[in-house]
Amino acid sequence: MQKLKMSIAAMLLLTLSFTNAQEKEKMNMDHSKMNMDGMKMNIDKMQDAMAEAILSDYFVLKEALVADDTKKAAQTSAKLAASLKAIDKSNYTADEQKELADIIADATEHAEHIAKSPIEHQREHFKMLSKDITDMVAITGTKNTLYQQFCPMYDGGSNWLSESSDVKNPYYGSKMPTCGKVIETIEK
Amino acid sequence: MKILKIIALVLLVAIVGIQFVPTTRNQSDTVPETDFMLVNNVPKTIQKKLEVSCYDCHSNNTQYPWYNKVQPVTWFLEGHIKEGKAELNFNEWDSLSARRKKSKLQSIIKQVESGEMPLSSYTLIHSDAKFSKEEANEIINFITQLKDSL
Repeated sequence: MQKLKMSIAAMLLLTLSFTNAQEKEKMNMDHSKMNMDGMKMNIDKMQDAMAEAILSDYFVLKEALVADDTKKAAQTSAKLAASLKAIDKSNYTADEQKELADIIADATEHAEHIAKSPIEHQREHFKMLSKDITDMVAITGTKNTLYQQFCPMYDGGSNWLSESSDVKNPYYGSKMPTCGKVIETIEK
Repeated sequence: MKILKIIALVLLVAIVGIQFVPTTRNQSDTVPETDFMLVNNVPKTIQKKLEVSCYDCHSNNTQYPWYNKVQPVTWFLEGHIKEGKAELNFNEWDSLSARRKKSKLQSIIKQVESGEMPLSSYTLIHSDAKFSKEEANEIINFITQLKDSL
């Protein structure tokens, strides 16, 4: 009796592990299919998509600061930090890659700080982050026309990027929502 | 009453026990070539001030107080030092790119300006680490100059 029980158990285990292995194989196959599809995509387009993801997070962050929304700014920054890490530099020249790596390292640190700070501190880091993102766009380019805007009052004069030519000030928020002007238009 | 005795005994055992947990000490005999003081022309007074007020947590060498040997103080300090060095390590200053140096300098200015650094939990015991208003201004001016020169 005891022996019978043991062998049934062994059989069950075997079947289980077999189906498991099959399942895994299926999953692996799905993966390779996915990778194939990925490969087919235009590599240039993928790169733009990653830079655009960074820009899109940056603009959500900017709007959060315009709205004095510390919590949203923090959440978006955590997302931005992840987007920054995901950028693919392989299509650029060696010099550009070096510069991009430097920009990303700096920007990531600012994003991480914004993710865990009160609003005044978020704005300090947003200023430095804006410089990084502007320098990044100079290398990666942009899908949409962007506007570099400038507020002469915040911290001896501070820049930021916007998707629209309307000025909405991320450094003062509701205190001085329209302080600033467009100083440069970055064509797509 | 009996239960109080048991609690006291358990606590005592725990406190004695944690004294034996090994810890890493942040100490080094050498100052690397990348040190902030070696690559920048820092005036003597500011050099002294930075060493006393910042280097304990922002370099590879901490001047430990005696009570550091007592747990859980050791853990508390260890955490601060680890975090401090991750943010900024003056010993490794010159390994940073110009962009990152500027960011760090800007953050130093803001931290000193707002009085967030040195930490109040640190100056509570290290009263010599406190910045007077003049000292803070002197440091901010120097760091601003350095930042503009990069």
